[in-house]
Amino acid sequence: MHIPDGYLGPGTCGLFYLAMLPIWTVASRIVKKTLNSRQVPLLAIGAAFSFVIMMFNVPIPGGTTGHAVGAVLAAILLGPWAACIAVTVALVIQALLFGDGGITAIGANCFNMAFVEVFTGYYLYRFISGSSLVTSGRRVIAAGVAGYVGINIAALSAAFMFGIQPLLYKSAGGQALYCPYGLNVALPVMLGEHLLVFGWVEAIVTALVIKYLQKHSPELLAEGRKIQ
Amino acid sequence: MKIISKLWILIGVLIILSPLGLLLPEHFKAGSAWGEWGADEMRQLAGYVPKGLEKLSSLWSAPIPDYAFKGWEDKPLPALSLAYISSAAIGILVCVVAVFILAKFLKK
Repeated sequence: MHIPDGYLGPGTCGLFYLAMLPIWTVASRIVKKTLNSRQVPLLAIGAAFSFVIMMFNVPIPGGTTGHAVGAVLAAILLGPWAACIAVTVALVIQALLFGDGGITAIGANCFNMAFVEVFTGYYLYRFISGSSLVTSGRRVIAAGVAGYVGINIAALSAAFMFGIQPLLYKSAGGQALYCPYGLNVALPVMLGEHLLVFGWVEAIVTALVIKYLQKHSPELLAEGRKIQ
Repeated sequence: MKIISKLWILIGVLIILSPLGLLLPEHFKAGSAWGEWGADEMRQLAGYVPKGLEKLSSLWSAPIPDYAFKGWEDKPLPALSLAYISSAAIGILVCVVAVFILAKFLKK
């Protein structure tokens, strides 16, 4: 889901940098209000976990690869605004140091994975968890469902960005200038592979870590201690 | 042991296991992620390289492209796995340093 340089036109890239600007600003303000020094290591772990889990490329035999993002897990542990910052850090470093995701597309990639996935996953987890105990099985299910839906909404958003490019940017001869595949290809492929494979990877990773934390550190899952 | 230490150990284990993310796709003959092809792959897939894509795709030259050291593209898989583990360790180190620097500015 790391859109490289050259797949999105300049207008689309600019638009999503612009869209992320207020989100990053609000995230910084909110985290500034609530972050204390004991929580900094947890924020670092959120960024580190998201960074490394994205390196686990899962193959569709004979086809493409994809991976979990860890954004919903970060959102459950840190709250959505701090998670937005943690995933942004991971994505920026992936783009700058490793060329994974384009530098022109950092705004777009952060919009999909550090905003759309984080917030969808967080609120779905809260909604499904309801008032259940932090150690309840319902929270494990909630984490899995939130992971699955969160990454799929992010994939939908990325597919939409890819798919509108041929409509927006064409050469005089009618050839696409950036991503050549329209919505009719991008939507079914991106959504299909995430619904069938990568969404389940995100669901399992998210649910397993929550299950582990319920056993070893339920206080980490308690509401109110988060960097909201 | 404190939970934070346990989570760092988990991250360490993930760094060591990270080459699975390189070896499994290789084993199952899976290619790039959809929409993440290089210009050459794009030529094969679409029959041409879109002009804007060609221009922008070489805009940034990352120091460790695709989690492999420069010039290591054709090395055997064990060497690439080593580069992958190193990349994971370097990337995480930079993530942690970045978060701590950010936190200096963000702490109340």
